[in-house]
Amino acid sequence: MKKILFPIMAAAALMAGSAWAGTLDDVKARGQLNCGVSEGVPGFSIPDSSGRWVGLDVDMCRALSSAIFNDDDKIKFVSLSSKQKILAVVTGQVDLTSRTTTWTMKRDTKEGVDFTAIVYFDGQAFMARKELGLKSATELDGATVCVTSGTTTELNLADFARANSIKFEPVVFEGKKEAVNAYKSGRCDALTTDYSQLAAFRTTFPKPDDHEILGDVISKEPLSPLVKHGDNQWKDLVTWLLVGLISAEELGVTKANVDDMKANSKNPTIQRMLGVSGDYGSYIGLEKDWLHKAIKATGNYGEIFDRNLGLGSKLKMQRGKNALWSQGGLLYVPPLR
Amino acid sequence: MAEVFVAAPDLPPPPSTTGAIGWLRENLFKGWFNSTLTLLAMAFLAYAVPPLVSWFLIDATFVGDAETCRAAGGACWSFIGAEFKLFMVGTYPNDATWRALLSGAMLVTLFVVTARHMLSPLVAAALWLLLPIPVYWLLGGGLGLEPVEESRWGGLMLTLLLAVIGVVVSVPLGVLLALGRRSRFIAIKSLSIGIIELVRGVPMITILFMATIMLPFFLPEGVELGVLHRVQIGIIIFSSAYMAEVVRGGLQGVDRSQIEAAAALGLRGWHTTVFIVLPQALRDVLPPLIGRCIALLKDTSLVIIVGLLDFLGIAKAASQDPAWLGFDAEAFVFCAAIYWALCFSLSRYGRSLERRGHGAFRD
Repeated sequence: MKKILFPIMAAAALMAGSAWAGTLDDVKARGQLNCGVSEGVPGFSIPDSSGRWVGLDVDMCRALSSAIFNDDDKIKFVSLSSKQKILAVVTGQVDLTSRTTTWTMKRDTKEGVDFTAIVYFDGQAFMARKELGLKSATELDGATVCVTSGTTTELNLADFARANSIKFEPVVFEGKKEAVNAYKSGRCDALTTDYSQLAAFRTTFPKPDDHEILGDVISKEPLSPLVKHGDNQWKDLVTWLLVGLISAEELGVTKANVDDMKANSKNPTIQRMLGVSGDYGSYIGLEKDWLHKAIKATGNYGEIFDRNLGLGSKLKMQRGKNALWSQGGLLYVPPLR
Repeated sequence: MAEVFVAAPDLPPPPSTTGAIGWLRENLFKGWFNSTLTLLAMAFLAYAVPPLVSWFLIDATFVGDAETCRAAGGACWSFIGAEFKLFMVGTYPNDATWRALLSGAMLVTLFVVTARHMLSPLVAAALWLLLPIPVYWLLGGGLGLEPVEESRWGGLMLTLLLAVIGVVVSVPLGVLLALGRRSRFIAIKSLSIGIIELVRGVPMITILFMATIMLPFFLPEGVELGVLHRVQIGIIIFSSAYMAEVVRGGLQGVDRSQIEAAAALGLRGWHTTVFIVLPQALRDVLPPLIGRCIALLKDTSLVIIVGLLDFLGIAKAASQDPAWLGFDAEAFVFCAAIYWALCFSLSRYGRSLERRGHGAFRD
């Protein structure tokens, strides 16, 4: 099926680039942003019990909607299965897909989409019982590790062992659930899968605090929202919005103090960012105070992370690689000037 | 004086063949084979039932949050309560849920009056065919109601909508296809056969993928057809082909003499079909048609693979809510119970039709 689809997708992408008006114009004319999300990934995109979409990926769309419409709910959320998440952007069913999608070369070059900015650095990690007192996954030499079969997870584990000349005894399971239950029942010393999933699994344990997720991340899964290939203005907009949210955290601009900052801050970067000086919004087809509106609605990146994934949420994830570069993480964004 | 012979009263049957003991001997312990099976079954029940009962009831939590549930260890029914709105209508806006409720009430009422045979078949059929109009207006809005996008329709509401509209549209289509397959015109005949055999030759998943992924490529520019409509069309096409084959069975079951008699009375071809053949054919195939409806209702759960959050999809999503992680089993049990209730009522309706037999169309 994929083999047939690629030429069609490529053709559609080409047509899209030449024939259609810019996505931003479409969005403004429609009065609504079409945002592709998942069918339920905890902390990233999920309907809460009242039916409102919440999560880190969802908040990226809410920030975008606020920047364009000054309203964080002018959004049509379209839940997409992982098979649809790229095609939905290519066919124009959604304006962007914000759905835990790893930025890879093939997707970026061959599948008719462009990635914007990395909103979450995921990657395969290990969870073990705290009582073992482990500092690093390299200390797991000789340990039994629960892992799902036939996935890159299993290969990554083998590579990691070889690179560090240690030995694991992998206990392989068909499904994630089985692997988790086996770890829970003490069948393995450690469990390995993507960091964000480990955090979600941990909340289901009777005593979540007895387990810790080790700092070593052994694979790269940079997650980024994606847009249709060829609409550079729209891609710029989405990218710089994400950059803006991260910059806001760097500069200490929060949901609570953004009005105050706008009125009183003497910092020229903050003045530019919030539209006090210069007209940076016009570069991406928006109003001067585009970022002010977004931050007012969703807060900066740090607040979004904390609310959905971090200590302010049930998942209680550490910032880890997703901290600012100045705090030992990987979030390093180009300057807004 | 002659001695009168008085028969001794019958002896009571041996105690081992009557009462509870007799019943046990007759039904459960007749011969070593049955006895072994009985003992094995009892051992299995003794092994399986107590844990189930304690999970479902004794250790279960009915009020409380996720922590309470995890501490109790049993089923977490309060999770179902907390996410009930999500289960029923998905992300449908809160201030419009009355519209979903009203639609549901209309559906249930119509089902009950149909199932109790309170309406003549023609009136019932007409009402079912008209039902989608008010339901679409209520759910989608317009004409005075606040519009609600289809991307926000979900949960049990979406499942019922897909199934009911699927049935209501695919039965007439199926009849047309079945008639087309018997047509004397070669073009109509081959077209009908082509559609039926093509659709029956591929799995429903393929049709859903075609409808959601490929169809947008073929639509003329400017035509926007929501994913829900495309899926609904896919379901209707898939279902019509099967309905057509069921109806064809009924058509073939109508005796030739009926057609000849109609011709002798001077009825034209179409009149014969509509007034003589179809009523008899449909009456005969109503039970299998109901069977197809049940299958269709369950098939709608496949829409999760194209990202629609139907009842089963929303159950999966709800069990991923960070506040309630780890209660998938409860969500699935709840789903299973509702699906069972729906399918069982349909199946009872089918049985009642069978019992009414030939009277069903003679009111």
